[in-house]
Amino acid sequence: MIHEHGLECRDLLGNLSEFIDGGLDDETCEKLRSHMSGCENCRLVFDTTTRTIYLYQTVANETALPEDVRGRLFNTLKLDDLIKPTRRAHES
Amino acid sequence: METVAEFSLELLRAGDRVEFARLVESFSVSIYRLALQMLGNQQDAEDVLQITFVKAFQHLGEFEGRSSLSTWLYRVATNEALMLMRRKDASVSLDEEKSDDEGDSFQPHELADWTKLPEGDLLDVEARTQLEKAIRSLPVRLRAVFLMRDIEGLSIRDTGEALGLTETAVKTRLLRARLQLREKLSAYFGERLRQENKK
Ligand SMILES: [Zn+2]
Repeated sequence: MIHEHGLECRDLLGNLSEFIDGGLDDETCEKLRSHMSGCENCRLVFDTTTRTIYLYQTVANETALPEDVRGRLFNTLKLDDLIKPTRRAHES
Repeated sequence: METVAEFSLELLRAGDRVEFARLVESFSVSIYRLALQMLGNQQDAEDVLQITFVKAFQHLGEFEGRSSLSTWLYRVATNEALMLMRRKDASVSLDEEKSDDEGDSFQPHELADWTKLPEGDLLDVEARTQLEKAIRSLPVRLRAVFLMRDIEGLSIRDTGEALGLTETAVKTRLLRARLQLREKLSAYFGERLRQENKK
């Protein structure tokens, strides 16, 4: 599909990562936004990709280091005397 | 998700145990999480975690800067994870594959708009299993880039340094990883959406 400004769907796809990460100049961003406002498929690919990343980040944020794993790590490193009481149990 | 704690390189280079313990506290979750997602096995992830910090302690004198220090940890962890994977499957590699060059191989196909599903649905037990399945099915060369960049928050440059890749290669792989995960999740959530609408 070719749209105004000569910007095509594959231009959006090629720039998708940098668009998501905010690494593009204002002019390119504007062109991509304007393309998406008229191209349902690209808007959808953008939305679902952003959501995909968000879901993985959310799940990863919940991953804590299991207490026993942490204990054995400090033990292996001979740092037992320096192991701090768990902070994460209250913080998260 | 990069930790913001500052470390005294001077103390670390001098082998200061307290400072080293702080470093371990700061990075152990990230390293464990990375190894766990690379390997999908808690015991293997723990082995990688231990080896990484044992090596870090042995090489403290060589660190030149904070960035190089975290990149170094991620690099060692990835290499150890890859070695463990190769013991089970000798073909595991970070190298480019021929199929990577087939231009349109990552063209989006699944176009369901599942983003409006409630967050409770997107993150329920079944969905989490699918998230896990999707990332485990990614080729390791793509998975490693996605984990470092999108999960651990390394820059494109640091990801490249940790994996021995050019920035261009990191960018290409990151896009492919994101699009492949999007594709797999879209297939799954799209199906759920259809079930939802039938009700
Ligand atoms: Zn388009």
